[in-house]
Amino acid sequence: MTNGLANQPLFELVGVRQAFPKPAGGELVVLDDVNITLRAGEIVGLLGRSGSGKSTTLRVVAGLIRPSSGTVTYQGVPVRGPSPGIAMVFQSFALFPWLTVLENVEAGLEALGVPSREKRQRAEAAIELIGLDGFESAYPRELSGGMRQRVGFARALVVNPNLLLMDEPFSALDVLTAENLRTDLIELWSEGKLPIKSILLVTHGIEEAVLMCDRVLVFSTNPGRVRAEIPVPFKHPRNRLDPAFRKLVDDIYALMTQRTQTTAPASGQVGVLSGIADKLPQVSANLLAGLLETLTAAPYQGHADLPVLAEDLQMEVDELFPIAEALHILRFADLAEGDIRLLPAAFTFAEADTDGRKELFGQHLLKYVPLVAHIRRVLEGRPRHRAPRLRFEPELEDQLSESYAEETLRAAISWGRYAVLYTYDDQAEIFSLEEEEVEGAEPGSQQDAAA
Amino acid sequence: MSGHPYLALGRKAGGLLPNRWDVLAVPLILGAVMLLLQGLHQAAVPIGEIEGGAVSLDPSNLPDYALRTTLRMLAALAASLVFTLIYATLAAKSRYAEMILVPVLDVLQSVPVLGYISFTVVFFLSLFPGSVMGAELACVFAIFTSQAWNMAFSFYQSLRTVPRDLDEASHSFRFSAWQRFWRLEVPFAMPGLIWNMMMSMSGGWFFVVASEAITVGDKTITLPGIGAYVATAIDQRDLSAVGWAILAMTVVILIYDQFLFRPLVAWSDKFRCDQTASQMKPESWVLNVFLRTRFLTNLTSALGTGLVALEDLWLRLVPVLPALPVKLPAVDDRVWWWRALMVAMDVCWYALVVAGGAWVCWQVVDYVATAVTLDEVGQVALLGLYTLIRVVVLIAVATVIWVPLGVMIGLRPWLAERVQPLAQFLAAFPANLLFPVAVVGIVTFHLNPDIWLSPLMILGTQWYILFNVIAGATAFPNDLREAAVTFRIQGWQWWRTVMLPGILPYYVTGAITASGGAWNASIVAEVVSWGDTKLHATGIGAYIADNTASGDYPHIVLGIAVMSAYVILFNRTLWRPLYRYAERKMRLG
Repeated sequence: MTNGLANQPLFELVGVRQAFPKPAGGELVVLDDVNITLRAGEIVGLLGRSGSGKSTTLRVVAGLIRPSSGTVTYQGVPVRGPSPGIAMVFQSFALFPWLTVLENVEAGLEALGVPSREKRQRAEAAIELIGLDGFESAYPRELSGGMRQRVGFARALVVNPNLLLMDEPFSALDVLTAENLRTDLIELWSEGKLPIKSILLVTHGIEEAVLMCDRVLVFSTNPGRVRAEIPVPFKHPRNRLDPAFRKLVDDIYALMTQRTQTTAPASGQVGVLSGIADKLPQVSANLLAGLLETLTAAPYQGHADLPVLAEDLQMEVDELFPIAEALHILRFADLAEGDIRLLPAAFTFAEADTDGRKELFGQHLLKYVPLVAHIRRVLEGRPRHRAPRLRFEPELEDQLSESYAEETLRAAISWGRYAVLYTYDDQAEIFSLEEEEVEGAEPGSQQDAAA
Repeated sequence: MSGHPYLALGRKAGGLLPNRWDVLAVPLILGAVMLLLQGLHQAAVPIGEIEGGAVSLDPSNLPDYALRTTLRMLAALAASLVFTLIYATLAAKSRYAEMILVPVLDVLQSVPVLGYISFTVVFFLSLFPGSVMGAELACVFAIFTSQAWNMAFSFYQSLRTVPRDLDEASHSFRFSAWQRFWRLEVPFAMPGLIWNMMMSMSGGWFFVVASEAITVGDKTITLPGIGAYVATAIDQRDLSAVGWAILAMTVVILIYDQFLFRPLVAWSDKFRCDQTASQMKPESWVLNVFLRTRFLTNLTSALGTGLVALEDLWLRLVPVLPALPVKLPAVDDRVWWWRALMVAMDVCWYALVVAGGAWVCWQVVDYVATAVTLDEVGQVALLGLYTLIRVVVLIAVATVIWVPLGVMIGLRPWLAERVQPLAQFLAAFPANLLFPVAVVGIVTFHLNPDIWLSPLMILGTQWYILFNVIAGATAFPNDLREAAVTFRIQGWQWWRTVMLPGILPYYVTGAITASGGAWNASIVAEVVSWGDTKLHATGIGAYIADNTASGDYPHIVLGIAVMSAYVILFNRTLWRPLYRYAERKMRLG
């Protein structure tokens, strides 16, 4: 589908910036200089990893958030709140549990002051369009996830919006249901049966974006920015196995791994990370070990193409990526151009026994993760080898948002625990060293004795 | 036909023709309406008829008395509901109001219920000179004070925790503030609110006995009702009359449980927000009968449609309430003078609140100081300490008894199913009816009232511990129990590592309610009489009760202030931290 009636943009974001002041001074930039133009007749995808600000962008368009600066216009008029011609579909469905399917759909019309007879007719039409007839009197809790999301669609469509916003609408559904719903939606769209002019879809699935959208805007992380705009030239219905389709998916994968490529170790720097407040991906050590084992074995032999790997492992990019990134940070692997290539240490790790693994992991942590090294140093420097979480949290929050700081600290805790570098008491929120750790004995010698 | 979703009980079933279920339901409704009218009619008689002992101990009067007492309680409940909707909404919607209203509610909640009576009776009597209406209102108000606060808290909590996605959906569909309130917030709060209404109704019974026969200084008002009947029976040492009253109360409690709360609970189940199909869906035969009727369901949906039409009209007449201002976090921070203005307003408001609070405190101190010396304050604090010791010991004793029993019962579903309603009934049952028995016992065996009156304080509220522990044990994950069995964890270790941590949050909830109730009950339980025999324990409850009887206002104020301080301190230093700990520790993930 190409932009046919594109004389005036339906919706326009110009120079949108969203920032929050931080307690320690300065500000946290969530969105920076985002420019998006939506025209009638197209489906546009916002693609990015979690935390890239794509959901925030969607909420700016929905009028739920007003940006710190920049202009937002809908049909040429500045947006000051939720606009009547825009409806939204939520990831969690956001159905009112106390209303039946019919009443939920009617709720979309509630604020418009539509007379009740017309309200009923329109709701029934939307329900039929979306394939829910027969379920009018059911409550959401009686429905399966897919059916619930259909109610979400019907509720949004019943107001005949010009622009339909979708916030990861399929990610709470299982694979088959999601595919079924996507296909139905695209079919209705292609046949012109949907009473809407344009769709804005937020997703973290590259395939989903390529499958559904006419244009994909790829967001970069921290701060959120539109890194690239990629037109999707295929006609609906699209074939996932078409080589051109695969090529486009591969290209986008490569594009999304670029950030890590540019931050490969610079000369004079030990690791990828430069300071204690660099964000760490929250990935458990077991997942890291699992991916290492998979990659050292056949058929990969230490090298894999990420999209292929994701498909083999049945993972979304958003799930696979943080693991690969963590391996990259810990210098067990190099990430570049959508490829992952193991470093020699990874093979040593895969062959070692549990204690050997923990020791190697610990060495890499201390060498390449400044935060872990910092915690360990502070603990060693204190007479009782104890330090409260509050000792480190503010240091992170100086440079990271609260949730990123939390995530980063949690990763540092879990990795440090795995490598027996330190322990952490969640009730008291205190880091500490155990006795034998202080003396620098090999971690795990106790377990040997016990076994 | 759509109607408010929560007004329309059923769906269309065709025609207004009654079916066989209507035959059962219509008489029920007509009967209720008739009783209501009769009760209201009696409230309008002149006051002369009720001064002195107008209550007759003839059991044949009991149905009539029971009706009037129930109506008073329902009136108080209705008042509490209105209060809740307004007060909690204000507190949740306005940051400035919240700053005052929430702490005030916290204090109101800790003031002993009977503390309110002494101050309001005179006021209400002066509102309707020469009519029973004033006394009736005073009584309803007293019951109201035992019901309203926890309902308001529950509603406030619900308003603060509306799920974010539903909140966004209501914004994105541009609901007006009015629509948002009735379509989203009230339904979301409904289950918690109804549960608290049940608790309130139970709590109310305890104070009905105290508030229908009020003596403040030289004014004695006796309103015909079960409470006054019991008071008279105690006064005249008529044990059989007490027995009749117990019977009447039991019947009344069973009736409103079956006809009011069970249907409400079953109906409110649909407002639960967790979307999983519930394992135990509350059932009510009364609600089922109504849902199966044809005439009545159609009538109610017609009424619902009418109400919605009225609402539409009202929304159209009121110059369209604009879509409510969305909270736009970044917008207010954009211009420096706006930020400065906000800060200035905050500062002014803080100053105003502090000044107002200081002024009120000074007024109270000034008033109390007219008749009270500093020495006395110390003595009252000591009395408070005695009562505190009683409360702590009683909670400990009740814990030792009911926690093991509750766990045993909760782990046997068939037993829990039978015991749970019984425990809830016992919680609703006003324990002060059993006080005479205690008095007779203490007098006959020459026991020390300082010790043996104490159990009365917890008689009514210990059940909260029991049924919360039962609920906790019932909800205990089965896989954890099986794991304990396979690892052969037994005896004390089983309690310490498996069961007690699992039920802790439930136990704390129950214990908080029980201890609050015990403080409240101390006013009634530390001074107990049976005819001319009057037993007296040393404590702050007795102090307040005595001064209320003699109408000594400065001392009443002192007693109430000290008791409130104890309760607040107790909650802040023990229960709340414990609750937070339980919540934190017991969550997985």
